[in-house]
Amino acid sequence: MAEHEIDEHSGVATTGHEWDGIKELNNPLPRWWVWTFYACVAFSVVWWVLMPTWPGISGYTKGVLGYTQRATVAKEMAALNESRSASMQQLDNVNTIADVENNPELLQYTMAAGASLFGDNCATCHGSGGQGGPGYPNLNDDDWIWGGTFADIKQTITYGIRSGHPEARFNTMQAYGRDGVLSEDQIGDLVEYVLALSGEQADPAAVERAAVTFEQVCAACHGADGKGNHLLGSPNLTDAIWLYGGERATIYATLKNGRAGVMPTWAGRLTSDQITALAVYVHSLGGGE
Amino acid sequence: MQHNETGHRPAAASGAGVDTTFIGAFLVIGTVLALIVASKAVDTPMQVHALIFLIAFVLGIIALGAHHFGGAMHDESKYEFGVVKAGVTASMFWGIAGFLVGVIIALQLAFPNILYFDHLPFLNFGRLRPLHTSAVIFAFGGNVLIATSFYVVQRTTRARLWGGLASWFVFWGYNLFIVVAATGYLMGVTESREYAEPEWYADLWLTIVWVVYLLVFLGTLWKRKEPHIYVANWFYLAFIITIAMLHIVNNLSVPVSLVGSKSYSLFAGVQDALTQWWYGHNAVGFFLTAGFLAIMYYFIPKRAERPVYSYRLSIVHFWALIFLYIWAGPHHLHYTALPEWAQTLGMTFSIMLWMPSWGGAINGLMTLSGAWDKIRTDPVIRMMIVSVAFYAMSTFEGPMMSIRAVNSLSHYTDWTIGHVHSGALGWVGYISFGALYCLVPWLWKRKQLYSNALVEWHFWISTIGIVLYITAMWVSGIMQGLMWRAYNEFGFLEFSFVETVEAMHPYYIIRALGGLLFLIGAILMAYNLWRTARGDVRQKELSGALAPAPAE
Repeated sequence: MAEHEIDEHSGVATTGHEWDGIKELNNPLPRWWVWTFYACVAFSVVWWVLMPTWPGISGYTKGVLGYTQRATVAKEMAALNESRSASMQQLDNVNTIADVENNPELLQYTMAAGASLFGDNCATCHGSGGQGGPGYPNLNDDDWIWGGTFADIKQTITYGIRSGHPEARFNTMQAYGRDGVLSEDQIGDLVEYVLALSGEQADPAAVERAAVTFEQVCAACHGADGKGNHLLGSPNLTDAIWLYGGERATIYATLKNGRAGVMPTWAGRLTSDQITALAVYVHSLGGGE
Repeated sequence: MQHNETGHRPAAASGAGVDTTFIGAFLVIGTVLALIVASKAVDTPMQVHALIFLIAFVLGIIALGAHHFGGAMHDESKYEFGVVKAGVTASMFWGIAGFLVGVIIALQLAFPNILYFDHLPFLNFGRLRPLHTSAVIFAFGGNVLIATSFYVVQRTTRARLWGGLASWFVFWGYNLFIVVAATGYLMGVTESREYAEPEWYADLWLTIVWVVYLLVFLGTLWKRKEPHIYVANWFYLAFIITIAMLHIVNNLSVPVSLVGSKSYSLFAGVQDALTQWWYGHNAVGFFLTAGFLAIMYYFIPKRAERPVYSYRLSIVHFWALIFLYIWAGPHHLHYTALPEWAQTLGMTFSIMLWMPSWGGAINGLMTLSGAWDKIRTDPVIRMMIVSVAFYAMSTFEGPMMSIRAVNSLSHYTDWTIGHVHSGALGWVGYISFGALYCLVPWLWKRKQLYSNALVEWHFWISTIGIVLYITAMWVSGIMQGLMWRAYNEFGFLEFSFVETVEAMHPYYIIRALGGLLFLIGAILMAYNLWRTARGDVRQKELSGALAPAPAE
């Protein structure tokens, strides 16, 4: 191959081929490249010996280290549960909030567990700080639709609201307009009445006209004074705190189409210890009442 | 231009060739089928798609008739460059469309509340995201590959494309596939297989087009006037053959109705996942790597006017790459239900793939030895060399991320997005831009680009864009991975998922900005290429000796 052209710049021979003016030099493989490639292959071969690798007909080579990811996960989970178990067991015996609050160590642990559980399960709807949003109650304020004691909160978390669970909290804010129970005029007047309840600007004539309707239709749940009832889960209409919003249009929509928000049941999804921890955490946000 | 380009005798074969007859008959059958499906379709998307096919086939018949009765001559002594020009134009169009959709969805991620349109479902992130990925990979990348492969195979075999009008069928057929795929995504038609979302009928159509593509490529190689086959053509051929295999196997599915758009995969569970990622990873390996290495192997030595660094390296790294890439797919399924032995194999084959990948980078970079000064003087060369550098970086990063321990941090995070984009924007994007900057003056027979200064602007603006993009994704990805695994002293997760999402916000803004800069660069390029094709040269850059005649 001596007749092959020598590249002037590098002094290396070309291979003698040429395509559209492109030639190729006859350089050897770079040594570092070859050796790094061999090293990668050697590493792989060693790894195949150590780890589960080659499939056969009825199984696969298990590797001399005996490693399996399932066993590793099981071991890590067991270690984690072990480290938590003492405190978790203590939660089994918690019946009142005082049981936790009087035990600083347990309280610290419970709050950490509750915050973590809240972030992964509740924050999606109630916000990462429990601040809520339209349709999702704010958990930081002192306004509780179904009650804000430790027991109330635990009950709500366990069974949910309109969740389909037989023990779930349940009530109905009917679609008074859509179902034809009330006329447009009556609803219009009621909107003003509800606004007046929370001290907003309202049309006095409409408020007066709505008084009878409110007493006949709304007072049964919301009370004659509109202050609501925890046992029925009927919101207080006088405190200027709104679940869906306190603007005219939103109140109108509530009266016209009703409301039936859902809070899922967590029984079966979280353990009772976890629910206790969550209830303690949520109680710490704005509970009591 | 009477000189003989290919070494063939100028045979004036005109009239209805075999190609015209075949394509004509095919289009007529297609028209009838499309009519039947359009009239019996059980869902709206299928009806829309049948009508799109119908219009395309009728236009095809009209074009074929015009070609035939217009007395077009088939001249074996000349290259078929018309289809290459069409491919270059389509690449530019789809490139800008794809980059634009990318910027839009990046902004949707940064400002999900503002850019959410609940009454316009086709603008949802879930529908625009596959539109972006398919537009950049298959529409932009695919057209670049078709255009450059048709150019390179002719120039390096000294033969006109085989099959007469078949290459035009490939071009229009492929772009019809893109239109059907893209409109399908917007209407919510999807197989939910990443990078293989189009439904069964679009897949069947692409299979036909792809087989013709393979035939054209093989036919051209068959009648070559050169004794040997140039390395770029090995890579193109590997890309075409392997993509055919991957496409067919991964898309095996059962349609619910022959006149409906929905189908279900032939595979289930973890088998389905592995088939998908065997496909997905090799779409990267054979579409985005082998195909674009072919571009590198032609355009870098050609532009630098230097011989390829090492013939032996090209052989060894070609075969090593082809053999090893196909096994690496399982690394996309670490720590899943995929059996552990498959994960080990996926990881080790990825590690062994590192040097074969770098073989291409070495050959690309070292080809410049003796012409390093051109990196300073020629922005097009600089773009292609930076492209190879990005290729080297992302093919190091890839094997590293395939190591299970690293993957347990990186998987499902933005790090993966950053990794993909250093390959996509840096490697695939830049080598394509380099090829397009070379091709337009060559194809339109211009002495120089409209403006080299604009290429400089394109280079710097988009380089800043890429750097912003990938660094933002590295930081946010690693932060995300660390936040997900952070435990507090009591053994509970430190952060809720939504807190990790909030933490991404500033990086998503930086990423969108990086993408925007990349898009702006591409628009400068489109303008530059359009002016070049028209024959314009920027006044300041008219070089005395090379001053071209004004555009005719």
